[in-house]
Amino acid sequence: MKGQLYFTAFKSILIKEIYRFTRIWVQTLVPPAITMSLYFVIFGNLIGSRIGEMGGVSYMSFIVPGLIMMSVITNSYSNVASSFYSAKFQRNVEELLVAPVPNHIMILGYIGGGVVRGLLVGLIVTCISQFFVTLQIHHLFILVVTVLLTSITFSLAGLINAIFAKSFDDISIIPTFVLTPLTYLGGVFYSISMLPDFWQGVSQLNPIVYMINAFRYGFLGVSDVSVWVSLLVICSFIAVFYSVAYYLVNKGIGLRS
Amino acid sequence: MLNAIEIKNLIKIYKDGNTALKGISLTVKQGDFYALLGPNGAGKSTTIGILSSLVNKTSGEVKIFGDDIDTHLEDAKRHIGLVPQEFNFNQFEAVEQILVNQAGYYGLPRKEAWQRAEICLKQLDLWDKRKQQSRTLSGGMKRRLMIARALMHQPKLLILDEPTAGVDIELRRSMWVFLQQLNKEGITIVLTTHYLEEAETLCRNIGIINQGELIENTSMKSLLARIAKETFVLDTSTLPEQLQLGPEFTRIDEHTLEVEVLKDEGLNATFAKLSELGVQVLSMRNKSNRLEELFVELVQQGSH
Repeated sequence: MKGQLYFTAFKSILIKEIYRFTRIWVQTLVPPAITMSLYFVIFGNLIGSRIGEMGGVSYMSFIVPGLIMMSVITNSYSNVASSFYSAKFQRNVEELLVAPVPNHIMILGYIGGGVVRGLLVGLIVTCISQFFVTLQIHHLFILVVTVLLTSITFSLAGLINAIFAKSFDDISIIPTFVLTPLTYLGGVFYSISMLPDFWQGVSQLNPIVYMINAFRYGFLGVSDVSVWVSLLVICSFIAVFYSVAYYLVNKGIGLRS
Repeated sequence: MLNAIEIKNLIKIYKDGNTALKGISLTVKQGDFYALLGPNGAGKSTTIGILSSLVNKTSGEVKIFGDDIDTHLEDAKRHIGLVPQEFNFNQFEAVEQILVNQAGYYGLPRKEAWQRAEICLKQLDLWDKRKQQSRTLSGGMKRRLMIARALMHQPKLLILDEPTAGVDIELRRSMWVFLQQLNKEGITIVLTTHYLEEAETLCRNIGIINQGELIENTSMKSLLARIAKETFVLDTSTLPEQLQLGPEFTRIDEHTLEVEVLKDEGLNATFAKLSELGVQVLSMRNKSNRLEELFVELVQQGSH
């Protein structure tokens, strides 16, 4: 009985979240499509043709998985960060706080919204990439699991950011100063095996390296790091981020006085 | 009869050290129409915040229809419909969407939620506005939207934090009628208000909070019975300069007098005296709301 009530509550949050980002599709779905098209044209076609092969495949084929993952990461993160912070700002998060919605359900609902947007944008970018390169799928299971887990990881990170945020500036600081550099240095445009040993070691501290490589393995069958280690790293991040998010929501930090 | 609200020794100390509630205990019976009054910053909204889980209590016990918020929070929440003081819905969502989502949070399936939304929107006269974004509604409509939202899951207890603030007189009166109707249907209502006339008209019982303490918790009838004297303003014919009036009279200007009358004495003696002096009374009114006078008196006593 309670399970049914909780499922209805989860569904309501999820539908609300999906409705939110599809209502403003010009702000949420179109920009990544345009940005990634430009990346494909400039880095893939124009510059990539002069680079030749990387990791045993054409440069264009090499960067496509990384660019898809980059849009999944950015969109999952920003969806939850902006939606949850906006709910705090407009105080409509109180609608959930006064309702008999367990904290786990509230977190899952928002994460679900972030995952759906992340995957939808990932799918759009994948479709666009087909104009530039014919993608083959090497390992569908690894591909799907990696993109799903990565999307969950960054949705959770976005939620934690929104819980702490006190202004709209606070939800753009992390994406600008942390997320973007980590993504660019996470092996989207190059193989980390090209780096000197020291920087290869440093790169292995960057979680996005594991995500991009596992995803690239799903498409191309090539990876700089072990796929299973990558999945373990992503799962560990999910466990840590979820625990932190649950602790914060449970304590009412930034939500209850 | 079951108590709708039972609060025992409720204390709230905010992180900045401000003690908002200093051990409040009160009970609201099922079916009651209860007013919680107090000056700004007295602790009314903190009390309501704790009842509705928006504020964490420091200590004390709170039960809603027997469900303790420490041990049965979800059940306690299910009994409550909250109409907060400030608008707290998504300004960009359509009116009907806000209601349907809210019902979903309480576990109402989508189809039933749409049916319930139609009923609530029609009740609150918002049916024509159902497709509009909530930010485009007028202030009065937004307030009605919050009431409609609070009623979506058919709560047994409706808590309204200053529901008629900033609402014009006509709408305020129609909201009174609506709230009275809900109360007749069996919903327990607790409201805070700054309009004491509102509390006097609607509520059977009253609690007055001042500086985090409950200084009164009684029936409206017995509270009003304690008012010993009332002040009336009399509009009169021109008052001669040398007119000698008793100490109960205060001359405001040459056409206006104020008179204090003990409640059990009545006004006949006053009129007789003025007739004797040749003063004609053209009209009269209460100086201020009776409850307001008592409220100010009680709060001032409590402050000393």
